[in-house]
Amino acid sequence: MSSIAQNLSGLSKPVASLFVEDAHTKARNNAEWRFRVYGIVAIVISLLTLAIMLWSIFSDGISAFRQATLKFPVEITADVIDPKGNRNRDEMAKTTTVSYAKLLETGFAAELVKRGISVEGLSAKDISAFVSKDAPAELRNATLADPANMVGTTVELSVLASGRIDGYLKGRVTKESAVNDSNISPAQLELADRLKQAGVLSVAWNPDFISNPDASDQRPEAAGLGVAILGSAYMMLLVLVMCLPVGIAASIYLEEFAPKNFWTDMIEVNIANLAAVPSIVYGILGLAIFINFAGFPQSSSLVGALVLSLMTLPTVIIATRASIRAVPPSIRDAALGIGASKMQSVFHHVLPLAMPGILTGTILGLATALGETAPLLLIGMVAFVDNYPAAPVTGFLDPATALPVQIFGWAQRADPAFIERSAGAIIVLLFFLLIMNVVAIVLRRQFERRW
Amino acid sequence: MSVTIVIALVLLIAVAAYLAARYRATAAVKGEVKSLHSLPSYYGWHGFIMSFVPAILVLTLWLIVQPMVIESQIKGFFPPEKIADGSSLALVMSDVRRVAGGLDAAVAAGAMTDREASMVRTEFTDVRDKLAAVGVALGSDVTKEVLAAAQKYRELFSWGVSGRMILTILAALLGAAYAFMVTTPQFRARNRVEVVVLGLLMVSSSIAILTTVGIVYSMFSESLDFFSQYPASDFFFGLTWSPNFRGDSELGILPLLWGTLYISFISMLVSVPIGLFTAIYLAEYADARTRAFVKPAIEIIAGIPSVVFGLFALVTVGPFLRDWFAEPMGLGNSGSSVMTAGIVIGIMNIPFISSLSDDIINAVPQSLRDGSYGLGATRSETIKQVVLPAALPGIVGAVLMAASRAIGETMIVTMGAGAAAKLDLNPFEAMTAITVKIVGQLTGDTDFAAPETLVAFALGLTLFVITLGLNVLALQVVRRYREQYE
Repeated sequence: MSSIAQNLSGLSKPVASLFVEDAHTKARNNAEWRFRVYGIVAIVISLLTLAIMLWSIFSDGISAFRQATLKFPVEITADVIDPKGNRNRDEMAKTTTVSYAKLLETGFAAELVKRGISVEGLSAKDISAFVSKDAPAELRNATLADPANMVGTTVELSVLASGRIDGYLKGRVTKESAVNDSNISPAQLELADRLKQAGVLSVAWNPDFISNPDASDQRPEAAGLGVAILGSAYMMLLVLVMCLPVGIAASIYLEEFAPKNFWTDMIEVNIANLAAVPSIVYGILGLAIFINFAGFPQSSSLVGALVLSLMTLPTVIIATRASIRAVPPSIRDAALGIGASKMQSVFHHVLPLAMPGILTGTILGLATALGETAPLLLIGMVAFVDNYPAAPVTGFLDPATALPVQIFGWAQRADPAFIERSAGAIIVLLFFLLIMNVVAIVLRRQFERRW
Repeated sequence: MSVTIVIALVLLIAVAAYLAARYRATAAVKGEVKSLHSLPSYYGWHGFIMSFVPAILVLTLWLIVQPMVIESQIKGFFPPEKIADGSSLALVMSDVRRVAGGLDAAVAAGAMTDREASMVRTEFTDVRDKLAAVGVALGSDVTKEVLAAAQKYRELFSWGVSGRMILTILAALLGAAYAFMVTTPQFRARNRVEVVVLGLLMVSSSIAILTTVGIVYSMFSESLDFFSQYPASDFFFGLTWSPNFRGDSELGILPLLWGTLYISFISMLVSVPIGLFTAIYLAEYADARTRAFVKPAIEIIAGIPSVVFGLFALVTVGPFLRDWFAEPMGLGNSGSSVMTAGIVIGIMNIPFISSLSDDIINAVPQSLRDGSYGLGATRSETIKQVVLPAALPGIVGAVLMAASRAIGETMIVTMGAGAAAKLDLNPFEAMTAITVKIVGQLTGDTDFAAPETLVAFALGLTLFVITLGLNVLALQVVRRYREQYE
C-alpha cells in the first residue's frame, strides 16, 4: 500500500483525471456527438418532408371543397325553349344547350344592369365568361325535368362561376397573374370584386366535388369524384371477395398441409418474388391476359379488380401465414387429441383464432391496392368517363375510373384549376386510407392475442 | 336458357342432394348418429360436391368447346375464294355473328317469327332493312352466304344451348344419385369431403405460380412478336428512342435505361443515408417514447400512395428545384427533371430502408455490443465497428430491394421526370425512364400489331428481369447473413 503511494508520488508528471478530457478523448466524444446529430437530422428531414408534402397537398386541395357560385334570376323564355308552346318534353329536348346559354347570358347581363354594376372595357363575351360552361346543361336538365313549372317563369338560379373566377376568389388567380392570362383580364377580376360585394358572387360548400362525375377540360369547376369513388369502391369489393378466400386457402395449405417438396418450394419462391414485382408489370399482365386474350371490357372495374387482386394476393398470403403460424401448436394438438381431423382442427380452431391477424393484413393489403395507379393506367382506366357505372353486378363491366387514376388524370391537364381538384382528390383518398388503417389498428389492438 | 339459370338449377339439385344424402345417412342408423362413420353433415356435403362439381365441370367444358365447334362448322360456308378482297375470315365471322344476333333481336321484338327467321332468303327480303327496323344496324348489305351461315349459326347455337343444359343437369342428377347410393353408415364421407377441400386449397396456392407464368408468358409472347419485327440488337444497343407510328421508328432502350438508372441512383443517394441514420438512431439511441412516436410517423410515408408523391414532385419539388437550383446555376429551366423524380423516389423509399435496417440492427445480438463497450468503445464506435459490419449483409439486401423498387416506380417518374428520352449527365434535365414509356406506349389508341406498341412488352420484360434479378440477389445476400447467428 505504502509502496504504491510512494510510486505515485514519485512520478514526475501527475496523471490526468478521468474527468478531464484529453485531446484524443475529446475527439472521440465529438465523433460520438456528431454521429448522434446525423441520426436526429435524418429523422427531422424525413418528418419535415412528410409535413411539407401533406401541408402542400392540403393547402392546394382543401379549396376544392368550396366553389364560387353566381346567384341571379333568369327568365326561361317560352319562345326560345319551347317554340311550339305545347310543353312537350320530347320536342323541347331538341333545343340545345346553346339556347340555354343565351338565356343565362341575358339573365346575367340584366342582373348587372339592375344592380348598376359595370366595369370599363368589358365586352358582352367577357361578362358571359363568368358563367361556367356547365351551367347551360344543368339548366336544360332542370327545365326538361319539370317543363310545366319552369318554362315561361323567372327562376332564381345559383350556377357555378367559371374556373378562373373561382380561382380568383380562392387566391389562385391574382390581378398580376391575370395580365399574362389569355383566359381572364384584370377588368374581369374587378367586376368579380364588385359582384362579390353585391352578394351575387359567393363561395359556398361544394358537395358536388364528391358526387359529380368528371368534366371536360373546359369545365374544371364542375369536375367531381363520383365515378372515381364508385369505381374504387367496386374494385375494393371485388378485390376483397377474390383475395380473401383465395389468400386464406393458399396460406392454410402452405402452413398446415403442404408437403416439403419441389412444388411447395416453387410456390414459396414465387410468392416471395411476386411481392416485389413492380406494379406496372401487373398492368401489362392484365392488358395481355384479361383484355387482349380473355376479351373482358377495357376500363371495367372487373379487370381492374383482377389485376389488383393478383398484385395484393402475395401481401395477403404473407400476412395470413404469419398469423396462422402465431397460433400455438397446442391448440392443434388439443383438437386432434379429442378426435378432430386435421382439416377440422384447422377450420374450427386455428382459423378463427388467426382471423384478427388475417383481417388486419387484408385491410392493409386493400389500402395498398386502393392507392395503386400504374397498372390501372394500362388497362384503360385513365379514359374519360362521365357516366356512373350501373349497379352491381352488371356495373362491374361498365367503364369506370379509380380515385388514384383520377388524381393522375387531373394532374396531367393544362388548366391549373385541375391541380386543385387533383389535390382535393388526394385528400379524399388519404381520408379513406386513414379510415382503413385505423380499422386495422383497432382490430389488432382489440383482438390480438399474445400466447 | 342462360348459363345463370343452368347454374341455379344445378345449385338447387346440389342442395337437394345434400338434404337427401344427409337424410339417408341418419335414417340408416335410425337417428343413432354416433354409429355413423362421419358426422351427418359430411354425408350431405358429399352429396352436394358429387352433384355440383361434375356438373360445373361439364358446363365449363361445354362453354369452351361450343364456340370452337360452331366456328369450324360455319367456316365450311366460306371457302377461301368466296371471301371478298380486303376482307378476312375473322371479319366475315363477325358479320355472321352480327346478323345472327340481329335475327334474334327481330324475333324478340316480334318483327319475325322464329320460323321466318330461319327461312328468310336475301332474294325475297331485304334483311338489312328488316333488321334496321328493330334497331340492329348492319354496316354492309347481307350476302346470301352470310345469311345462310347466320341461320346455321342460330340453329347450332340453339342446339348447343339445349344440349348444354341437358348434359349439365344430367351430370348433376347422376352425381346426386351416385352420392345417394353410396351413403351407408360405413361410408367414409368425411375423408372424401376433406380430399376435395384439400384439392381446393392446393389450387388456391398454385395461383401464385399461375400468376408468374401469366406474367412471363404474356410478356414473352408479345416480346417475341416485337423482336420478329424489330431487330433485338437495335433494341438493346440502340442509342435513340424515337417511336413513330408511321414506321421507321428507332426504339433503342439505352436512353430509357440510362434515365431509369440515373433517377434510381439519385434516389438511393437520398434514401440510403437518411433511412440508415434514421434506423441507427431509432435502434441504438432513441428511448422508448421517442421511438413510439417517430417510428409510426415515418411509416406514414410508407402508406402514402405513389401518385401522391407524383403530384408532390410535379407541383412542389419540381418548381422549387427549378427556381432555386437549376435556373440560378444555369443548368436548365425544366420543372420535371431527373433530380425531381430521384429526390421524391428517395423520400418514398426512406421508410422502406429504415424499417428493414431497424429490424436487422435489432437482430444483432446484444452480447456483441456489450463486448465492444467492455473494451472501452463509445456507442458510435460500437455501431460503426461492430453492429454495422455484423448487419451489413442484411442492410445490403435492403438497399438492393430499395433499388429494385426505385427502378420499378412508375407514377413519380411519369409525373416528375419528363418524357424526353436522352442520354445526358445534367441532373436538372428532363429525362425519361422505362416505366414512363411502358405507360406511354400502352395508353390511348393502341395497335397491337405495330412494333411501337409491342415494344412496351419488351420494355416490361427487361424491367421484370432487372427487378427480379435484384430481388433474388437481395434474398441471397440476406440468406447468407441469417446463417451467421443460427
